[in-house]
Amino acid sequence: MTSPQSKPYKVIGTRPVRHDGVDKVTGRAVYGSDLQPTGVVYGKIVRSPIAHGRIKSIDTSAAEEVKGVLAVATAADFPHLANKIAELGEGSVNLAHLAANVLAQGKVLYKGHAVAAVAATSPHLAEEAAQLIKVEYEPLPVVTWVLDAMREDAPLLHDDVRTNSMGKKAAKPSNVPTHIHFEMGDVDAAFAKADVIVEREFKTASVHQGYIEPHVSTAHWNQDGHLTVWTSTQGSFTARQQTAELLQIPVSQVTVIPCEIGGGFGGKIAVYFEPVAAILSRKCGRPVKLVMDRDEVFEGTGPTPGSFVRIKLGATKDGKLTAGEAWLAYDAGAFPGGMIGPGCMCVFSCYELPAARVDGYDVLDNKPKTQAYRAPGATQAAFACESVMDELAEKLGIDPIELRLRNAVKEGSRRVDGPTYPRIGFIETLQAAKNSPHWKSPLVGSNRGRGIASGFWFNIGLKSSASAHVNSDGTVSLVEGSTDIGGTRTSVAMQLAETLGIPAEAVQPRVADTDGVGYTDVTGGSRVTFATGLAAHKVGLDIARQMTERAATLWECDPAEVECVDGVYKTNGKSITFQELAGKLQSTGGPVVGRAAVDPEGPSNGFGTHIVDVEVDPETAKVTVLRYTVVQDAGRAIHPGYVEGQMQGGAVQGIGWALNEEYMFDEQGRMQNPNYLDYRMPTALDVPMIETIIVEVPNPAHPFGVRGVGETPIVAPPAAMANAIYRATGTRMRELPMSPPRLWAAMSAKKS
Amino acid sequence: MGQRIHVTTEINGEHVEFLCEARQSLLEVLRDTLRLTGAKEGCNNGNCGACTVLLDGEPVDSCLVLGVEAEGASITTIEGIAQQAHLHPIQQCFLEGAALQCGICTPGFIMSAKALLDRDPQPSEETIRFQLAGNLCRCTGYDKIVRAVQDAASRLAGSSKNPATSKTSQARATAH
Repeated sequence: MTSPQSKPYKVIGTRPVRHDGVDKVTGRAVYGSDLQPTGVVYGKIVRSPIAHGRIKSIDTSAAEEVKGVLAVATAADFPHLANKIAELGEGSVNLAHLAANVLAQGKVLYKGHAVAAVAATSPHLAEEAAQLIKVEYEPLPVVTWVLDAMREDAPLLHDDVRTNSMGKKAAKPSNVPTHIHFEMGDVDAAFAKADVIVEREFKTASVHQGYIEPHVSTAHWNQDGHLTVWTSTQGSFTARQQTAELLQIPVSQVTVIPCEIGGGFGGKIAVYFEPVAAILSRKCGRPVKLVMDRDEVFEGTGPTPGSFVRIKLGATKDGKLTAGEAWLAYDAGAFPGGMIGPGCMCVFSCYELPAARVDGYDVLDNKPKTQAYRAPGATQAAFACESVMDELAEKLGIDPIELRLRNAVKEGSRRVDGPTYPRIGFIETLQAAKNSPHWKSPLVGSNRGRGIASGFWFNIGLKSSASAHVNSDGTVSLVEGSTDIGGTRTSVAMQLAETLGIPAEAVQPRVADTDGVGYTDVTGGSRVTFATGLAAHKVGLDIARQMTERAATLWECDPAEVECVDGVYKTNGKSITFQELAGKLQSTGGPVVGRAAVDPEGPSNGFGTHIVDVEVDPETAKVTVLRYTVVQDAGRAIHPGYVEGQMQGGAVQGIGWALNEEYMFDEQGRMQNPNYLDYRMPTALDVPMIETIIVEVPNPAHPFGVRGVGETPIVAPPAAMANAIYRATGTRMRELPMSPPRLWAAMSAKKS
Repeated sequence: MGQRIHVTTEINGEHVEFLCEARQSLLEVLRDTLRLTGAKEGCNNGNCGACTVLLDGEPVDSCLVLGVEAEGASITTIEGIAQQAHLHPIQQCFLEGAALQCGICTPGFIMSAKALLDRDPQPSEETIRFQLAGNLCRCTGYDKIVRAVQDAASRLAGSSKNPATSKTSQARATAH
């Protein structure tokens, strides 16, 4: 890998208008639900009204008799799948569990669990027919809180799940599929060296990714046996793989066409609808479209884990951490495989610890199967660790940024789970925060406080493919496979443009379906601008090499004598621009097509530090965010506007998580607030402008130095908010969300 | 299927007639019957604003309006606010200011912003935030949306004489 360039860039760092922008401001962009293939009919899912129970019978006869009902499906229509782990790029899934989540097999495990499906000639008819499907349940006891689910006497979700602890399987079944343990150094001896030890417990509620576009898929099982799926997904290839595996057909029999996607944040990687729509389509011979209602999105798709975390940190009086200990339990929901792994890897990821011990538990309970949500597992861990850091700073009488600086990880630091960091920019974010106008400004007024916190997330590498061809007018058409959720067509195209020395607007990027581009992993793990961008750069090198040869052909010289500077090809006083040369391709050997496939090894690392000022109403405990600053190491900001957008959007999602968002369950495990009115996400009125400071410490593993920026910004906000609320009220909040009732109770308890 | 009702209305300046069931929302009619899919469904209960259209100049959640209520009304949707080859300045400012990420909420925001600026050409930041509080965006954190509306207000104030030209559509037209 070449070292990051130091020369000034022409395209990188500029803010061109996104290539798909006009379609998105005029309503012309085609999202999943906008699509109407000819002959389409409409599906509806029957969902469990109870959170835990055995399915005694399913009677679909009344629904089938309705005129206009074309097909009905249950789990019995799916092939039987043995336990098999499928790698989905970002994480893996047990196919038997995935199948049982898509349509329940024998048991329902959460309210909203899909049980049956029906297809009819209109959406209203499908809805009416779904109500005619009679399902008899034998209710079972319900558990929705992670610590309750871990108890010996807790109701068991699965009879065949036994705890795997460091490779050893327990004898008895339990709700704990996995116990993770990391340890380095002599932890007890290291704590003995500490002058101050702080140990605290933290709880967080389940929250949802909250994408505005509900899940939607349309499938057509053609009479020739080929299955076409139009869907809203973060990864068309992983959607294809899951669909094919669940239906037990070869991947070549499935084409997944990714539509424009209305947000995902990790929640649109696992399939819900694709295989069900396929089965319905196979039965009725027509394309079947399934669209979720908002309550189905909340009740049937992935929230992020609710959690319990206990953290213990020890430090010497001069502010050096001596040891850390963390105990984390995250709920996985109805099936094993929650976000506990990354939670354990991230909990102490910001600090150098001579000794540390981390225990983590994946816990089943009667909630929808948890899914990734922007830096999955990291936010809960950071809420705990960064709150304890704040308390340590106070006890030691050290400024909280200074305490972090004294312990910050840097190149060569070892994380508790093993890896050693390459060049990273955490210290730089802390210094930038310290020097920021926000941190340097005084905060005046009563009931106000300022908090800071830091956060870490990986940039996963994974596989990306891309190709491009040169048009005769000097433009380049780029084909890639990463579904574009936030402007990545442009951030990827800009890297190709930079490589070729042409303007960003001269590249026309397209996101292709699974037959139109090589395998590409999901849009997730903060990887697209990094890895698909790397692929685009390599496509550019491939094209530049061929263009050099064409120039040599034109000038009848050796290609080695041709050099290219900023898109101009030169030799011995002669020169030709990329655009001019593009016009001569047909007479110098025909079309030029570049291609690349990459699988960059080893994840990279992103760090951020957030500063927030809040005011807390002493009467109502309502928290107002007065000022917010996000500092983050972007490595190299390809399109600074989109980098800022990620930082701002992640921060506001984190503010929602901190202050209001939560799944509220009744005693029977039924969600009480499955709508946007009662599941309170931030509105424009709830937040101020979000200030951003982009730090650029180039990533040595990328030719332009890119680090992914999408996920890190959600990690720090809850802790930063809690630390600010403490400064404003004197009350330490250790439970999320810090909603007015919860904060008011804590403030009142402290007074009395 | 219930009995269908004949409705005569005006959409984006054009005379339109359609048949709908009494239970169908204006959003359903726009999207499924008339194939104007720019208005999006995010919640179907008036909480997210992705389906915002203008009904006689007022912003409404079209999921909360019945199709039959369009009778005799004048409706403007996202498809109707660009003028021929030129984007509306609000659209232009959303593009230039990177005020969209996934884009699903964007049509609703642009329609709410248009309703606001039609009524109050120079709103304060607080007013913009208040008037856009019925539109949820999960991607942007609202910062760039609010700034785009502020920019559009200045641009509209500065160009009430000369209609704003669309640099982007020109650039893209040239590229093709």
